[in-house]
Amino acid sequence: MIEAKDLTKIYKSRRGNRIAVDGISFSVGEGEFFSFLGPNGAGKTTTIQMMVALLTPTRGTIAIDGLDVVSYPHQVRQKIGIIFQDPSLDDRLTAWENLEFHGRLYGIDSKTRERRGDFLLGVMGLGERRHDLVRTYSGGMKRRLEIARGLLHSPRLLILDEPTLGLDPHSRRSVWEYIHRVRKEVGMTVFLTTHYLEEADTSDRVAIMSAGKIVAMGTPDRLKKDLSSEMLSVETENPEALTSYLLKTYPALDSQIRREGENLLYFPLPPGGDLSPWDLLRTLPVPIREASVRRPNLDDVFIHHTGSALKGGDTEGEKHK
Amino acid sequence: MTEKPKMAMSLLGGPPPVLASPFRRDMMGIYTLWQRDVIRLWRDRIRLVGSFIQPLLFLFILGGGLSPRMGSMGVMRSGGSLGYQGFLFPGVVAMSVLFTASFAGVAIVWDREVGFLKEVLVAPLSRTAVVLGKILGGATNSVVQGSLILLLFPLFHLHPSPERLILAFLVMILIGLTQTSVGVLLGVRMTSSQGFMVLMNFVILPLFFLSGALYPLDRLPGWLSVASRLDPLSYGVDLLRWALVGVHYHSMVTDLASLCLFMGTMGVLSVILFNKTD
Repeated sequence: MIEAKDLTKIYKSRRGNRIAVDGISFSVGEGEFFSFLGPNGAGKTTTIQMMVALLTPTRGTIAIDGLDVVSYPHQVRQKIGIIFQDPSLDDRLTAWENLEFHGRLYGIDSKTRERRGDFLLGVMGLGERRHDLVRTYSGGMKRRLEIARGLLHSPRLLILDEPTLGLDPHSRRSVWEYIHRVRKEVGMTVFLTTHYLEEADTSDRVAIMSAGKIVAMGTPDRLKKDLSSEMLSVETENPEALTSYLLKTYPALDSQIRREGENLLYFPLPPGGDLSPWDLLRTLPVPIREASVRRPNLDDVFIHHTGSALKGGDTEGEKHK
Repeated sequence: MTEKPKMAMSLLGGPPPVLASPFRRDMMGIYTLWQRDVIRLWRDRIRLVGSFIQPLLFLFILGGGLSPRMGSMGVMRSGGSLGYQGFLFPGVVAMSVLFTASFAGVAIVWDREVGFLKEVLVAPLSRTAVVLGKILGGATNSVVQGSLILLLFPLFHLHPSPERLILAFLVMILIGLTQTSVGVLLGVRMTSSQGFMVLMNFVILPLFFLSGALYPLDRLPGWLSVASRLDPLSYGVDLLRWALVGVHYHSMVTDLASLCLFMGTMGVLSVILFNKTD
C-alpha cells in the first residue's frame, strides 16, 4: 500500500540546510496497521506531508497503491483519508457542512455524500449534534468528526498524525475506541504517527524514528524480544552512587539507565553472561528500598535504540505549537 | 472465512461513490469554496453591520464637513451641479468594496492559521480552483458590502435610473474581483495574519487615496497623476462615478480595459504563486 525508497526531505534556508527526513525506506502492506513512533522533530509529519503531496521529496520516491505521489498527486489523494495533527475543521460551519464540503472537494456524488455522512456521524456518536456549529464541540468530538470526514470518501489508506495530541485522557480513550472500531470493521490500511507508546503497541508493525531516520522496525513483540533482557527498576537512597557503580561494572549500560523521579532507576539487565536479576541486585553496593523485574516495553525499546526517553513528548508538543 | 460484520458493508461497501471527472471536481470545488464564504458571511452578520460604520463616517462627517467649502464638482448627467457629498458617494461605495475585498487575502491567511487550508490542499483539487473559489467568495462578500452602501443613494440627492444602478452593480463586481485578486495575491504566501494586516496598510490606504474617491483626478500634480494611473481602483471609481452621477475622467474603454488587465494579472499571479507554495 505504501512504498518508500530512500525518502529524503531537506529544508533549505539561509541559516543552512536541515535534514528532516534522512533517506528512509519502508513498505506497508494492504490492511496493515503501521506506526511511526518518535519524538517531535523526528520527521514523522514531514513524511506524511510527502505521502499526500504537500511536500516534494528532495530525494527518493514514495508510492501509494502503486502510484508515485509526485507524478499522480490527485489520484493518490483520492485514496487517502488524513487526520492532521492540528485541527483542520472550519469551526464556523456545522459538522454536516464540513462533511458535505469535504465530499464535494473529493468529487463524490450527492447521494453517497448523504448516505455515508449520515452513517459515519452515527458511528462516531455525533448524529445528534450534526447541525451544531463545530466551535461548540469539545476537543474529542472535533477529532471524531475529523475521523468521520477522513473516511467519507472511502479511502484505502487512513493516515492518523498524532490523532490524540492535546486531548484529555478520557477523550483520548474514546477516540481510540472509534479508531479500533473502524479498523476492526473495515480492515483498511492505517498509518499512525505517535509519541505515545501505548498507542503504537496496538499496531501490527512499528518503525522507531529518531532525527529523520528509522532506527528500528518490526512488530512490537519482535522489537521487545530483540532486547532479550529483563528490565529492572530499583529504588534507592543514593541513585548517583548506584548509577556510577552500574556504569563502571557494566559499560554496556551506557545511556541505558533512566532515572524516574528522585530515587528510581530503570535499566535493562546487562547482556551477556548468565547474570540473573537476583545476582545483580545482590551485588549492588548501595542500600535498596525496593526492586522489581519486568519484561521490556516499547519505551525500553525506544531508549535502547535512541539513547533518550520518549516521555515528555506531550509537553514538547504544546510548546511546539 | 468468517462473515464480515454488517458495519463493514456500510463503511466501505455499498454502491461505490460516483466520482466526478477532474474538471467537474474543480468546478464543484470552486462552487464549494465560494459557498463556504457566503455561509460564513451570513453567519457573521455582526461584522457586516460593523463594517457599515466606516463608510458612513466618510459620507456624513468628512463629506458633510467639506461640502460647504467645495464648489461644484462637475455637472451631473441630469444637468444639475454636483455637490461634494454626491461626488464622494461613488468613491465611498468603491472604498467599502475595496476594504472588504482585501479581507479575502487575510481570510486565506486565517484558513492557514486555523488549519482548514490543509484540508483543502490535500483534497484532489487543483490549486487554481482553490484560488478561483477564494477570489469569487471574497468578491461576493465585497459586493454585498458595497451594495448596502449603494442603497443609500437617495440620501445624497442622486437619482440614477434603474439601468444605471444595474451598471453600478456590475462595476462593483469588477472592482470586487480585481481587489480580491490583489488581496489573495498578497495572502497566498503569508503565514501570519498580523503580518498581513501590516502589509495591507501599505497597500490598501495608498490604493484608496490615489483612487480619486476623495478628489477629482483632472488637476493633479504630475507625480500624483502618474501614481493614480497605476492604481486599479482609480478606474473602478471612475466607472462607478460615471454610472451613478455621470461624471468621469477617463474613457470607458480605458477604465474597462485597465480593470480587466489588473484583474487578470493579479489573478494569474496568485495562481502561479499559490501553485509554487508548499
